[in-house]
Amino acid sequence: MAKDVKPRVKVPKSAAAGEAITIKTLISHNMESGQRKDKEGNAIPRSIINRFTCDFNGENVIDVAMEPAISTNPYFEFEALVPEAGEFKFTWYDDDGSVYEESKMIAIG
Amino acid sequence: MELTRRNAIVMGAGALFVAGLPLRVSAAGEDAIAAFTGGAEIGAGDIKLTAPEIAENGNTVPIEVSSDTAAEIMVLALGNPTPGVAKFKFGKLAAARHASTRIRLAGTQDVVAIAKLDDGSFVQASATVKVTIGGCGG
Repeated sequence: MAKDVKPRVKVPKSAAAGEAITIKTLISHNMESGQRKDKEGNAIPRSIINRFTCDFNGENVIDVAMEPAISTNPYFEFEALVPEAGEFKFTWYDDDGSVYEESKMIAIG
Repeated sequence: MELTRRNAIVMGAGALFVAGLPLRVSAAGEDAIAAFTGGAEIGAGDIKLTAPEIAENGNTVPIEVSSDTAAEIMVLALGNPTPGVAKFKFGKLAAARHASTRIRLAGTQDVVAIAKLDDGSFVQASATVKVTIGGCGG
């Protein structure tokens, strides 16, 4: 597992039923592209997060496949519909097999 | 036509010109596009790509894609060593087919967004980004 991977997600605490909300996510990860070389000239192997998904109560919101051209600390901003109260689940899949998860509750009100 | 020295030079230059044009879109980029579209024709239409005209730091260039009817949007940076950037698939609960992220660019180049619309057709938009410091490390 890569070091110091910390997901951060910004979701409003509550929304009106059927409202569209903006979600911002950031995960700290150095996203080694596989293009860089170390001091001895050896290529540093690629190590990135290759997929990010967001689901709400089991229904998919967005599914992103990432390539090495995504910046360090991958950031995503997107919009989601909130049909009812429930839980947003965010999942990041690392090249090394690690899976990072974060979830946020949202209330209707 | 008689093959004189002059003719040979003209023909050679012509061949270089013809061969040189497709090189602008790298082979890897073409492959990625073909894999996504399955060889279908790409038109213009309901896709918008927002990127800065000048990016001082190629390590983190903010981009934004949006469309009203896209099911999937693929972003390519054709001037990078590997052209793929990201592929966004919008699910049932996506309120808008819109997403923003930050990407790496190796140098000044065209960034292309290709969207697969709900009706199965493909559209694309591109933006040229001038990069002052490249983002792929030496």
